[in-house]
Amino acid sequence: MIELRDLSVTSGSFQLTNLALVVPTGGYGVLMGSTGSGKTTILEAICGLRTIASGRVLLGGVDVTSWSVGSRGIGYVPQDAALFPTLSVWEHLALGLKLRRVGRVEIANRVAEVAEALGIAHLLKRTPHHLSGGEARRVAIGRAIAFHPQLLLLDEPLSALDEDHRGRLVELLQSLHRSERVTTLHVTHYRDEAAAVGEHFFQLTHNQIVVCERPQAGHITRHGMANASEGNEGNIEPDTTTAQPCTDREP
Amino acid sequence: MPAESSRPPSASKPHLSGSPHRTRSDWPFFLISGGIGGGYILLLVALLTADVASTSWSDITAALTKPEILFAVRMTLISCTLAAVLSLWVAVPLGYLLERFSFRGRGLIDAVLDIPVVLPPLVLGLSLLILFHLPIAGTTLEATVQKTLGIQVTYAPVAVVLAQFVVSAAFAIHSMRLTFSRIDPRPEAIAMTLGCRRSQAFWKVAFPQAWRGAIAAFSIAWARALGEFGPILVFAGATRMKTEVLSTTVFLELSVGRLEAAVAVSLLMVTAAVVVLGIVRLAGGRVAG
Repeated sequence: MIELRDLSVTSGSFQLTNLALVVPTGGYGVLMGSTGSGKTTILEAICGLRTIASGRVLLGGVDVTSWSVGSRGIGYVPQDAALFPTLSVWEHLALGLKLRRVGRVEIANRVAEVAEALGIAHLLKRTPHHLSGGEARRVAIGRAIAFHPQLLLLDEPLSALDEDHRGRLVELLQSLHRSERVTTLHVTHYRDEAAAVGEHFFQLTHNQIVVCERPQAGHITRHGMANASEGNEGNIEPDTTTAQPCTDREP
Repeated sequence: MPAESSRPPSASKPHLSGSPHRTRSDWPFFLISGGIGGGYILLLVALLTADVASTSWSDITAALTKPEILFAVRMTLISCTLAAVLSLWVAVPLGYLLERFSFRGRGLIDAVLDIPVVLPPLVLGLSLLILFHLPIAGTTLEATVQKTLGIQVTYAPVAVVLAQFVVSAAFAIHSMRLTFSRIDPRPEAIAMTLGCRRSQAFWKVAFPQAWRGAIAAFSIAWARALGEFGPILVFAGATRMKTEVLSTTVFLELSVGRLEAAVAVSLLMVTAAVVVLGIVRLAGGRVAG
């Protein structure tokens, strides 16, 4: 579970105050908001990459506010992928496991498993310079999930991808979530993307996080939206006491 | 196109745009800029040509067979390499820290690091001499080093390396800062979310991207050490077969009137500098690549 309690983050003149958010264990939360509203700042604060002015971050019920970045066990997929230019795809997937002193055989097995799931098994020897945008995103996701994080943070993972790649990545995120069941917080300003993958919906508006209903959205792809509107519909249990329609007017 | 759009502007409204405007030729700009810059380039080429014209192959071979000059060549290669290694050893961590982190006093540190660049070389040598012979608590730094490490510093080969290092390191630090400024810090932050400590993020992510910059910084430090003269003369002296490097050889040969030997050694230094510049261009041009 991830929980933000009265979280306040300051970045220069930009301020987010008294933020609250709860994504239950194994849940898939989507945080929506317009560009520049502070979504990335919130993710970075959860990771420990930004100094928190006040409030608390709890992971699995444990207060990790004062923990170092590396101790939090968070898989973070940044918007720009931020791959390591000199490391191969294999090394990207293995790094988190090596740092946790996992045995060689286990690392090899896990890397193969993740690479297979993400469809990047044929890219394992390549460096980031030889990857397309979609491949780089998948490597970034693989790097974040390979070490079995207790929380996965996805920052606009589908942005700057063409329609075909977005559809495939949506299916991939859905399938990964089904298989790994890792608690996920996904940030986006696309309502169709949110509707396709999410179970719990939040809107960042006027520097506040509000719980909202599943957004009405168009299709990302035929398959992606079919899952969103049919297969997963019964599992969605928005907080009806506070939920309100999403007001995001971004495309 | 509507008929109105082809009408001339009315007399009451000023005509601001739309009509063709013939610009003047760009030739004067290029001619003046090229002339000013070209004059300086010609001066540099003329300097090197004059050096080459005033010596001969026999002068060079004669100079290079002299034992004291051969000693100076060996001493130069060793001292410059040691000074460059020490410079890089300091420049990599300092360049990284100064580029990546904001902290109180960083401006002051920047100013201190510029001291070797702006200080007159002779003053730097004199400062080193004073530092090692300043009485502190009944002893001096020179005496302490001699007592603990058993080596003489002042007027010894160690002084040559130290004098070269003090100046070279400042240039190497500037070079490494530039290198790290071109490397995106985001991947290091992401490495830390995976469990890396800051040092691990540095060695696994940042430094592997900086190795070309490190080669460039090493080469710049080496070249600066090669050209160092003032601090060496004051702090290490110019004793033949002891503290003589090529820059002091030129001075010593000139002081006894052997111009041909001085020019031959100068050409040797020019050749070394050109080789180093080539390495810097090859490495530095792809620092962030």
